[in-house]
Amino acid sequence: MKTRIPITIFVALLIFCGGYAALFVAPDEATMHEIQRIFYFHVPLWTAMTIAFSTACFSNIAWLASRRPTFDLLGVASAEVGILCCTGGLITGMLWGKPVWGIWWTWDPRLTSTFILWLLYISYLLLRELIEDPHRRATLSAVFGIFAYLDLPIVLLATTLWPRGQHPQPVLFGGPKSINHTMLMVFFVCMASIVGVMILVLMDRYRLERLRFEADELRVEIESREMDSQPAVQGTAGKGRS
Amino acid sequence: MNNFQFLFTAWMVVWAVFFVYEISVAKRVSHVREEIERLKQQLQER
Repeated sequence: MKTRIPITIFVALLIFCGGYAALFVAPDEATMHEIQRIFYFHVPLWTAMTIAFSTACFSNIAWLASRRPTFDLLGVASAEVGILCCTGGLITGMLWGKPVWGIWWTWDPRLTSTFILWLLYISYLLLRELIEDPHRRATLSAVFGIFAYLDLPIVLLATTLWPRGQHPQPVLFGGPKSINHTMLMVFFVCMASIVGVMILVLMDRYRLERLRFEADELRVEIESREMDSQPAVQGTAGKGRS
Repeated sequence: MNNFQFLFTAWMVVWAVFFVYEISVAKRVSHVREEIERLKQQLQER
């Protein structure tokens, strides 16, 4: 908790600096002009989503290997935060697509695979809601989580695997175009701010899962005490009848 | 909508998504904390 306050202040400063730099410092892009500035929020959201889903996948594998509840809790927390980033990325993408492409959505390979990824992780959360037994829920959702994660490399490589799609080619790594130095600096500040916010939100979401786990353990303890007291009462009643 | 409105909406959406989610997590945390206190009391009574 002591480290939480300085981290929050640092991230808040990054949000302010990133927002200001993205809107007022970064130069205008030659063809898209101001609408290209969505790039400073849109791409970092995908990076944050990739980190969150990778954490979820690591936790799923770690749960299957060790059966430590911490990994199950971290898995569900990071999957939910990943969905949040994915939702933000899809919405900002649509808000960029309408003025640039003239349409809100197209079934391009990158967009379709991302939408499938979003649906897969929503299903992961729904699956957890459907299973009551905690051990079974953790195991089945871990297996499903690893399966869902297999779509992420397809999302990342979609523009390379299907270059005729409508989504732009990567600009930063491995792309055919280079990027202006100021744009790159602004992009990294925005990236740090959004990844920072994602980490803070993930920490809070994980804390919620830990508290839920604690509450579940207390419920089990109360139930076991009830079970212990019931046979004694029944036994006494039986003796009385005979 | 002109391009600036799209840009402003995107900027608002990003922070609104995180802000609303963070509030929902905080609410759920306080609800579970109350539940834990209630369960602890219940456990002490038994």
